[in-house]
Amino acid sequence: MTPTWAQLCYLAAAVCFILALRGLSSPRTARNGNLIGAVGAVLACVTVFFAVDLEHEVWILVAIAIGTVIGVIGAQQVQMTQMPQLVALFNGVGGGAAALVALLELQEVIGEVGVGDVPTFDLAATAFTILVGSVSFSGSMVTFAKLQELMTTRPVTFSGLPVAFALTLLAGLGLSVLLVADAAMWVGTLVGVAGLLLGVLLVLPVGGADVPIVISLLNAFTGLTVAAGGYVLGNTLLLVAGTLVGASGTFLTKMMATAMGRSLANTLFGALKGGSTLGAGEVSDRPVRSAGPADVAILLGYANRVIIVPGYGLAVAQAQHTLRELVDVLMAKGIAVDYAIHPVAGRMPGHMNVLLAEAQVPYEQLKEMGDINGEFKQADVVLVVGANDVVNPAAKTTPGAPIYGMPILNADEAKQVIFMKRSMRPGFAGIENELLFDPKTTLLFGDAKDTMSKLLSAVKSL
Amino acid sequence: MSEPIVWLTIFVLSLFVGVEVISKVSSTLHTPLMSGANAIHGVILVGAILVTGFTDSTGPLVVGLVAIVLATINMVGGFVVTDRMLQMFGRRKRQEPKA
Repeated sequence: MTPTWAQLCYLAAAVCFILALRGLSSPRTARNGNLIGAVGAVLACVTVFFAVDLEHEVWILVAIAIGTVIGVIGAQQVQMTQMPQLVALFNGVGGGAAALVALLELQEVIGEVGVGDVPTFDLAATAFTILVGSVSFSGSMVTFAKLQELMTTRPVTFSGLPVAFALTLLAGLGLSVLLVADAAMWVGTLVGVAGLLLGVLLVLPVGGADVPIVISLLNAFTGLTVAAGGYVLGNTLLLVAGTLVGASGTFLTKMMATAMGRSLANTLFGALKGGSTLGAGEVSDRPVRSAGPADVAILLGYANRVIIVPGYGLAVAQAQHTLRELVDVLMAKGIAVDYAIHPVAGRMPGHMNVLLAEAQVPYEQLKEMGDINGEFKQADVVLVVGANDVVNPAAKTTPGAPIYGMPILNADEAKQVIFMKRSMRPGFAGIENELLFDPKTTLLFGDAKDTMSKLLSAVKSL
Repeated sequence: MSEPIVWLTIFVLSLFVGVEVISKVSSTLHTPLMSGANAIHGVILVGAILVTGFTDSTGPLVVGLVAIVLATINMVGGFVVTDRMLQMFGRRKRQEPKA
């Protein structure tokens, strides 16, 4: 039904997507990769307009225009710190669109050939698309609400949750089987409802720190949904593009989980197994050594080698620009300064790189964990700004700790450690950091932006 | 063409390509990569256009148009925001602290 030239255009678009993903894997080619992906997407959309005889073309164009305006405004306006929730939102609406497409196709097919004549495979793929697309939609919305702090970022559990989850899952699968056996619109709709409920129940018990992994997982879900949708519609491009995203998304999820020292199962169901993965979050009253900006400025100003460990707290306080200025001043004094970037610094892997790039920190100063971990021994001062768990030695020393096994930055090997913190409150993982109580550690309390400005002027006046 | 086995072949091969093509990504680029992949599945827009273009009653038309709006947000927003992120990586060299 689709003309050959259109099939070839779809093939070209699919190749664009593969090149896009490859380009996005390397810093030098990333931006071009993204553009190639966009070209492929535009090519695909133009092709569909000319390949088949569509009705309602004006309405379709109006809908595309509305979506474009919303998408562009959303993408332009978002703060870089809010990037993770925007990705979640975009992912959710994509999953929702796929579920709606499958429902419409179901209705179309039932109307055309009548119940009973639809191939089993098609119906199975339709059920999959509706179910998983709905999970992706509602799961992403809950994720968005958590990251935007419209609701608590802590795991939400109630006593019946595992049972409710299991029952909803069974209902979703049962209804899917029913849809395959006896195609009807009401069954399809119920599959969607079950999927929506399932998505909510899946994400509710996930704690704030683990949310990025869930975003990535739901991203892979939407990919597979689109692939199944491609099968339903008989469109190879959707199949290839969806599968690419599903596969790379799953792989990326696994890499992220590894970087955080967590298993995927633990991330999703840790809070359900009783004993929440998050600790009590108690504030300890053990003595620590704290100092003012002037003292810290002296420590920094007379060091030869300084390593900065930035965390999400830095970005929340919008202090990254002041930090960059501080580093510039230190470097002008002949001090060697690098940023040590933990793979999960920020809220998503690579998020911190984006945030620092926004503050115009030169890319060469950002060192990945594997490259810099050996250098902490030579560092005179490590300045930890708004980070905690990523330098917590408990990950190496305390087998029972929730973060045990997570690779950390070896800040504890430096001669001096300075923590810039708002309070003694533990990090996302909710456990105490022994490094805070180490004799070589100095704490500089206060709002990161405010304290950073004071520190900057203190260093300037040295 | 709609033979399930052909589709299965395409599916399995695409799975391998999807993993292979990003297997060497540095953690620096995890966020842009996720965002870019996210934009790519916005191509469901093609599917949304197809089902909407073939429907002939009002209810499904409205649902289809909603799907088109959602899919377009996914696709266009995804590519634009990914570009915005990567743009920041790009302008690193000629940075001069503008006091």
